[in-house]
Amino acid sequence: MMSPAHYLFLSLALFLIGCIGVITRRNVIVVLMSIELILNAVNINLVLFSRIFGDVAGQVFALFIIADAAAEAAVGLGIIIAFFRNRETVLADEMDLLKW
Amino acid sequence: MTSSNYFLTHLWLIPLFPLISAALMLLFGRLLQKDAVNLFCVGSVFLSFIHAVGAVLALLSFEPGQRVYQQILFEWVTPGPIPAAGVLTPFIADWGYLLDPLSCVMVLVVTGVGFIIHVYSIGYMGHEGGYYRFFGYMNLFMFSMLTLVLANNLMLVFVGWEGVGLCSYLLIGFYFLKKSASDAGKKAFIVNRVGDTGFLLGVFLIATTFGTVRFTSQGLGDPVAFAGISETLAAMLDQGRLAFGAPVFTAIALLLFIGATGKSAQLPLYVWLPDAMEGPTPVSALIHAATMVTAGVYMVARMNAIYQLAPFAMDVVAVVGALTAIFAASMALVQNDIKKVLAYSTISQLGYMFLALGVGAFAAGIFHLMTHAFFKALLFLAAGSVIHSLSGEQDLRKMGGLWNTIPATSRPFLIATLAITGMPLFAGFFSKDEILGRTFARAATVDRYLALWVVGLVTAGLTAFYMFRLLFLAFFGLSRVSPEVEHHIHESPKTMTIPLTILAALSIVGGWFALPALWGEESSFEKFLEPVVRGVIPETAAVKFAHHTLLTEYLLMAASVGIAIFGLSLAYKVYLQYPQLHSKVAASWPRLHNLLVHKYYVDEVYDALFVNRIKDLSIALGLFDAKVIDGLGVDGAGSLARAFSRISMWWDKWVVDGLVNFIGRFTRFLSHPIRMIQTGVFSSYAVMILIGLAILLAYYGHHMQVLVRSLR
Repeated sequence: MMSPAHYLFLSLALFLIGCIGVITRRNVIVVLMSIELILNAVNINLVLFSRIFGDVAGQVFALFIIADAAAEAAVGLGIIIAFFRNRETVLADEMDLLKW
Repeated sequence: MTSSNYFLTHLWLIPLFPLISAALMLLFGRLLQKDAVNLFCVGSVFLSFIHAVGAVLALLSFEPGQRVYQQILFEWVTPGPIPAAGVLTPFIADWGYLLDPLSCVMVLVVTGVGFIIHVYSIGYMGHEGGYYRFFGYMNLFMFSMLTLVLANNLMLVFVGWEGVGLCSYLLIGFYFLKKSASDAGKKAFIVNRVGDTGFLLGVFLIATTFGTVRFTSQGLGDPVAFAGISETLAAMLDQGRLAFGAPVFTAIALLLFIGATGKSAQLPLYVWLPDAMEGPTPVSALIHAATMVTAGVYMVARMNAIYQLAPFAMDVVAVVGALTAIFAASMALVQNDIKKVLAYSTISQLGYMFLALGVGAFAAGIFHLMTHAFFKALLFLAAGSVIHSLSGEQDLRKMGGLWNTIPATSRPFLIATLAITGMPLFAGFFSKDEILGRTFARAATVDRYLALWVVGLVTAGLTAFYMFRLLFLAFFGLSRVSPEVEHHIHESPKTMTIPLTILAALSIVGGWFALPALWGEESSFEKFLEPVVRGVIPETAAVKFAHHTLLTEYLLMAASVGIAIFGLSLAYKVYLQYPQLHSKVAASWPRLHNLLVHKYYVDEVYDALFVNRIKDLSIALGLFDAKVIDGLGVDGAGSLARAFSRISMWWDKWVVDGLVNFIGRFTRFLSHPIRMIQTGVFSSYAVMILIGLAILLAYYGHHMQVLVRSLR
């Protein structure tokens, strides 16, 4: 039998993997993918608590976040492509125009 | 006396006509054709002449003692208190005109001779540029001169006095591109300033002494409201506040006489008149012979009431007049420029007039003024005609033999010469004899006047000599005219010769007013002027003439005619009979001749004493201006401002800006560590977000625990 703790630990694992990916990876596309992991960790939490409280609002929120993640991925990839055309790179540590 | 006669009530029109025409010429003259200029300018003077004749005829219809017409057009200098004789008196100068026997003579001479000269100018100036300008100035001059002679008070006389001076300046410098002409204009103007200062001071002294500058209250009704000098003077003498010979009379008379010496070219201020011959010849005739230069004579005659109470001033006038007469005549002897001879002759004749005034023969002085206006205007116009015929030649040494070539000029010239030298029955004979006779009559009571009479007589001889010298050199003997000029000799046009004829007639008959003097009666001219020149209190007047017998009278005439004929024959001998003789005479007295040719070095002396000293002063002032005012003052202020602004700039740069920069630098220094956080690498930002999140979670963790617990 799966207890809520299992879901919460899955969610936590996904979140941490995503966070570590965001912090450590240089490639912006991978960073975007890590963000997707974080968002989905959140989704799992929302659906879990929706189930527990018997309130459908959490699942509706999850749907919204999926849509948002799709939009974010589209916009983010678009920005990355545009940036690549300008700078010939997708490495995050080279995107330092706003430094100081 | 009041009158409803048109010409008297419209007295103000006489000066107005030329003024309107002058304004028209000077504003729009450029646009007008010559015919239009002639019509306006000569026409306006003609209208003035007609009105003057009408007014004089109307005045003649009054009783002899009542012949005063005065009109006030408007209050010009409005009442302001001046301290007169110790009390504050309201001072008024009106713009008013006075017609009495004296101004009658003057206004007729000015408009009459003025009109004739205007007509002459049509011919003379016909080929000159600036035609309208010439006539505009001439008409402005007519206005000023008529204002001068018709003015009813001294302030207005001064307006005319300055006006004629201005026109004289403008017309002497008419050919202003010629340096000598513009210099001569300036000289005339500046020398006249010296005299005018005296005149103005005299007017001020009169104003503070009598509280009024109006000549007389006659013809104005209320003698209190319209106070006049002569009435106030009479009252003051009556009350004993002033007496015969009081110093104030001498002071006024001498100050006014200084003005007269300037305007009428007397010693020591005569030097401008010979130079004034740079102007066109009609100007020399009108302004520098017939009218303006006689303004001083007119003014002294006008103020005779005061002069008669100042015997010392009278003596000064007489002596200056006599000295000027002989001095100028001697200079005229050797001049070679036809106009310069006439200029010195004018000075000399003006000297005669002042001699007459100085011995108290005011009427004789005015009489000579009138006859002189006729014959001297004629001499100048005829000389102008000669110059015109000879295409501009003025040197007597290059004339000669013109008697029959230009008869319409040479005949009038002879008449004028006879008139000025005092040949019997010509105009100058009567007036000059009147003067010499009166001087001799004074000499009968006071011996020292005999010297003046001798000087006058010698001058008559000199006059005859230089005038006949001029006549012989110009018109007789062999022609010395240069061939190319000889070729062009022509008689002047009718507009020039007809005025000569009219003036020639006047030079003959102009003196006949004095015919009764020949049989021992009073001259009608003197009878006419008597009300004006009799003085305020005749019995105390300085002038007492001895009545000499008819025989003495004839002897005096014979003496002056005799010396004139002597002068004539001398001139005939050395210039005509033996043409080489005069250079031999000159060579035998080289010193004297040189002195005369150089005009006694008066110009040089004046240059050394005054002109160059004033120039030195100007240079010194200029240096002072450049070094002290500009150098220390303006430039100094400039450098000082620069020095201050340099300090100010330093302060601004290092203190004001320094403070601002310091604040900026300080802020930047403080913010430096915080700035270092902004790495620009987004992974570091993500770490920071996560750290922040962790802190928040750690802080709010127990809330979460409560939340989770509540779920159970």
